[in-house]
Amino acid sequence: MIGFGLIKGLSVTLRNLFGPVFTIQYPDKRVGVFGLAKNKNLSVLSLLKSYPREFLFALVGMAKVEVRIEQFPRFRGNEFVWYDDRCTACASCAKYCPLGIIEIVTHASGENLQAGENYAIDKFDIDTGRCMFCGLCVEACPYDALHMGTDFERGNYHRAKLVLDKETLISQDKNPSSWFRPQFEEKEYNPWDSDLGDYKEAGRHEKPSYEKIKQNWVNKRKFNG
Amino acid sequence: MFEFIYNILDAIIDIFIKDMRYESYIITAVTGLIIAFAVINGVLGGVLVLIWGERRLLGRFQQRTGPNRWGPQGLLTSVADAVKVMFKEDIVPEEADHYIFNLAPLLLVIPVFIIFSVIPFGISLYAVDINVSVLFILAITSISGLSIICAAWASANRIAIFSALRSVAMLISYEIPVGLSLVGILLITESMSVMDIVIYQSIPFILIQPVAAIVFFLGSLAEINRTPFDLTEAESELAAGYQNDYSGMKWGLFYLGEFAAAIAAATVFSTLFLGGPNGPILPGLFWLTIKVIAVLFFIIWIRASWPRFRIDQVLNLAWKGLFELTLVNIVVTSIAVIIWTDLDSNRLLYIGLVNWIFAFPFVLLIFKLLKTKKYQSDINSSSYYPVGSDSPKFKKEIK
Amino acid sequence: MSIKSEPITINLGPQHPSTHGVFRMRVTFDGETIIDVEPIFGYLHRGTEKLAEERTYTQVVTLTDRMDYVSSMLNNQGYILALEKLSNITPEPRGVWLRMIASELQRIASHLVAVGFLIQDLGAWGTPLTYAMREREKILQMFEMLCGARITNSYLRPGGVFMDAPEQFWVALKDFVYDFPSKVDELEKLLTSNEIIFSRTKDIAVLTPEQAINASITGPILRSTGVSWDLRKDDTYDFYDQVKFDIPTHSAGDNYSRYLLRVQEMRESLKIVKQCVENIEPGPVRPHHDEVPFLVRPPKGDCYVAIEGSKGELGFYLVSDGSISPYRWHVRSSSLINLTLLRDMLIGTLFGDLFVTFGGIDINMGEVDR
Repeated sequence: MIGFGLIKGLSVTLRNLFGPVFTIQYPDKRVGVFGLAKNKNLSVLSLLKSYPREFLFALVGMAKVEVRIEQFPRFRGNEFVWYDDRCTACASCAKYCPLGIIEIVTHASGENLQAGENYAIDKFDIDTGRCMFCGLCVEACPYDALHMGTDFERGNYHRAKLVLDKETLISQDKNPSSWFRPQFEEKEYNPWDSDLGDYKEAGRHEKPSYEKIKQNWVNKRKFNG
Repeated sequence: MFEFIYNILDAIIDIFIKDMRYESYIITAVTGLIIAFAVINGVLGGVLVLIWGERRLLGRFQQRTGPNRWGPQGLLTSVADAVKVMFKEDIVPEEADHYIFNLAPLLLVIPVFIIFSVIPFGISLYAVDINVSVLFILAITSISGLSIICAAWASANRIAIFSALRSVAMLISYEIPVGLSLVGILLITESMSVMDIVIYQSIPFILIQPVAAIVFFLGSLAEINRTPFDLTEAESELAAGYQNDYSGMKWGLFYLGEFAAAIAAATVFSTLFLGGPNGPILPGLFWLTIKVIAVLFFIIWIRASWPRFRIDQVLNLAWKGLFELTLVNIVVTSIAVIIWTDLDSNRLLYIGLVNWIFAFPFVLLIFKLLKTKKYQSDINSSSYYPVGSDSPKFKKEIK
Repeated sequence: MSIKSEPITINLGPQHPSTHGVFRMRVTFDGETIIDVEPIFGYLHRGTEKLAEERTYTQVVTLTDRMDYVSSMLNNQGYILALEKLSNITPEPRGVWLRMIASELQRIASHLVAVGFLIQDLGAWGTPLTYAMREREKILQMFEMLCGARITNSYLRPGGVFMDAPEQFWVALKDFVYDFPSKVDELEKLLTSNEIIFSRTKDIAVLTPEQAINASITGPILRSTGVSWDLRKDDTYDFYDQVKFDIPTHSAGDNYSRYLLRVQEMRESLKIVKQCVENIEPGPVRPHHDEVPFLVRPPKGDCYVAIEGSKGELGFYLVSDGSISPYRWHVRSSSLINLTLLRDMLIGTLFGDLFVTFGGIDINMGEVDR
């Protein structure tokens, strides 16, 4: 009947009024008393005793609880993870980058002459200010020395500080993502939950045979059409 | 209320000063100022709460939280908005007409507050009781059209004038259905005073005059430039229309005036059609607040669900749809009033029944206007559709 | 005595809330009727085709993401198909199935954006848009599981796909496939029989099939005029001949059918996704790098491959001279060709229909300007 299209529209919004909210209140969420108690794993009374100021804030609904958004293991993050003892400065990453932001300067050091000349790395700069995080450099590295990171909250007031030089890359926290590193995925490693200890134990990836792939797929298949 | 405060002030002054010249004039003026202060501040507080409430409620309709950062549950968001708006730079375009440019926001805001002077907030809680207050309300609301034209013309901006002309055409067209829809009520109550209408409503008039209620509601939505009639500041088309060149507190006054107009429209509707402060146990002010909040909820619900009309459809609706409905309503009501003239309480029931049976089916007439001409193809809203076209020119050649 | 009036010209500039990017139009009005439209674009030109001449073939994949930024997987797919045809690479079957799943999911996401913003321009203050974005969010999360990035994916490589899908992808895909039809129903219930949308979009900006074919319009616009032409069925690529799906076609070429067609196409894409998951077989997703090296060197020659993008026929023309970079690369962008009929569609309509028609054509400025 005419007129009912409008009424149907009203009913849809009314039903969604009483439904759940899908906002993720990042970076912090305002909670009340019970939310704060649950977040700190205390009961309400012990919360009152140990954190009285936050309790008062929570009564009005203004206490803050930190929220992390969900990321997945293959996330291509902002910081890069670089193992300098695996890197031989072959500069495949620098050649493969579409923007040309990796800068590598080496000199022949004369060490390890049995296995061929080994290069000592003078400069290994990645300019994250101009990077588009396509991951082609990680794909190119033959020695699994470079990995994508997982962080994205790396804003800065100075553009010069966005250039990661060699010391920063060595000294920053290493949480590699499993982008193009299937050895991490086989160990079911998630950069935020699990702890692989020394990531170097994850080693290199050996391409499994066709039968092994099929076996994995059949065993773990969870989608039944 | 006026005599009450007057007497208190008179008593207080008589304690301190025995004989003051022009005493009655001074106390009258001070009483008037106190009442005006209270009413305007009440409305402004209501506007602040409405801004927060609308944004939260609109967010909940869309399955997201609204603003909840400033203050507990975000109640201080309006304060943050106001502070931000006050600190912005006040830009006046070079070719603008300065005097009218500055005058236009005031012309929008001031008439809205004047409406609240004749609304009864409870038994004997009113500012003024005029015996033609319905006509007064209708007259005051038409000043806001002037402010839109002033704002657009003074901005010297083509897009602003475009949107303002649309809006004025809409406002003028909707004055007539709004005014005529109240004629039914005036015929029943035989008085033009809002106080008498409120006292007469043992059964709320929305049940007795459904057609008038619908027409008045849609007309008020058009007068306050709200969805589905918000094409003056259709953000997606004209990016704020006549308010384009305003910044700083002048724009803040436009914003405020818009929300205050929404509260005013809701208040007038609930006074005339829902019974105002009538209600069983609780004080009248409480009931009026509940009714105003219910009407505002309905207005926001409509805003969240329906898209907007085009200007020619809006004008068609006013002149061809709502105008006819008001005439039907007047005819039916006047016949009913003549048949049951004596003032007993069952009179309202009979008039209501007559209206529902004879006048309400004409409402479906409006929707006929919204359909365009007959459509030759068959589009169903789901499932199966013809694949391919029968014309031989468009068949694919087999390679 | 007649009143003298003159038409006014308004510049709806590059910065505008509804022009889907940076697009400028100079519109001439006589009252509210549009009598002339002059579109001016080029504000987003980045020189993609020239940049590709200095990058290797795999690096160009990252450039194709950013052309039509709402449907990156489809752009990738078109380019990779052109490259495979040029260098005679046989793709791996599992890679092809994964490619098809990603493309159809991307088509759903692109249509959600189109429908959501079209209704937003009609004036519904954000409600259909929020519902559409809520669904698109789930698709983008699935893309993040697949390849680490939500919008600019560069997931496809010559010969197949970059990496196999992880376990959580199949779980999330199952939830999505079971859940999505009810959400589309909800969107349709809100909008499709709404009288206000009827009155604003029916019989406005009608296109006849002859006009559309003469102007090389493709995609949902062509199908809404009555011509059933879809490159997935008429000029098949990948494994689209092994899945069954319908092509919705309407015979009235107005705004309403363009809106409704996209909603129906979303349902068809979901059918394709379901069938792909049933047909997929385990195996490698990418040829070994002894067959297809990182630096691909196609033999000399040229080729043109067109796919059915979300907005029409997206064509890629590659010329190679045997080295590691393309000699010349040209994109036949569907949005640009669809835009050429804007003037004819708009003349005679009212101003309120301008942005509705514009949204119905569904262009993306990244693709128009490249």
